[in-house]
Amino acid sequence: MDFTEDQIQRYSRHIILQDVGVEGQEKINNGRVLIIGAGGLGAPVALYLAAAGIGTIGIIDGDVVDLSNLQRQVIHFTADVNKAKVLSAKEKINQLNPDVKVITYHDFLTAANALDIIKDYDFVVDGTDNFPVKFLINDACVQAGKPFSHGGILRFEGQTITVLPGTACYRCVFQAPPPPNAVPTCSQAGVLGAIAGMLGTIQAAEVLKYLTGVGDLLTNRLLTFNAKTMEFRTINVKHNHRCAVCGDHPTITELVDYEQTTCELKSTH
Amino acid sequence: MSKIQVNGKEQILETASISILELIKLNKVLNADMVSVQLNGEFVDRKEYSSTLLKTNDEVDFLYFMGGGSID
Repeated sequence: MDFTEDQIQRYSRHIILQDVGVEGQEKINNGRVLIIGAGGLGAPVALYLAAAGIGTIGIIDGDVVDLSNLQRQVIHFTADVNKAKVLSAKEKINQLNPDVKVITYHDFLTAANALDIIKDYDFVVDGTDNFPVKFLINDACVQAGKPFSHGGILRFEGQTITVLPGTACYRCVFQAPPPPNAVPTCSQAGVLGAIAGMLGTIQAAEVLKYLTGVGDLLTNRLLTFNAKTMEFRTINVKHNHRCAVCGDHPTITELVDYEQTTCELKSTH
Repeated sequence: MSKIQVNGKEQILETASISILELIKLNKVLNADMVSVQLNGEFVDRKEYSSTLLKTNDEVDFLYFMGGGSID
């Protein structure tokens, strides 16, 4: 790949970075990453990946920008209220970096469209806001052999794990969606805005590490932090042989849209 | 009395051995459905929370569900 003068300047801090260099930057520029959710986590992920020069960024979100989003979804501005989040995100990504090709899906991820959407990407980032879709993303990525980053935040805390084919998946650790109302959402419990940046940026770093092959990914490790104490903890987790989707005898062989209103809906296939 | 580790910190249990479910309540987790549990590095099926008893030097991790988001 031939970099232009502008690109050499733009990406100079990556190019001079010993573990990245020209080769690493090329890998980034050839990378295709799907960001599911253009909200609290999706925003910093999209901005940092755009800044890095990811070749193709897919972004899927069925929502429009709401005033209450602006406290933490830093890719959306006041003038974007009521605009489709994916359009708002695309505009900022391309203002930041015209090199990036942005593919928008003004839709929600479902069992019907998941495999088709993820197939064209090298890496998937979970920036979603509900458990049913987090499990859907996990199951789809495991079945399609797609690496992905799971992320979640609440109040002052965040957690993330990187899942590659064969490593502990989200379901190995969390088994199934909790019953509705068992776990508060950000709109019920609140969230410190900057937490979204703390966690989302960690996810973006994992993407860049995956593409460039640098360092150790957060595989088989759940990174959790509590910003009140600034304690960061890594919990070693294992691929679970009884996991319903990636275990020795998977019981989940088809993707399911878990209903928000039903308890512990398990696939019976 | 026994000494165990919970989320990386030492915790002393008054009674000889309690179940994971009782430990969850002791640690003021409002609802067992909010967490997933690892015991000595192994995932514990939530159906086994009340039947799994802890012993000295056990290491327990509570992994909290975090989903973010809003309810529509």
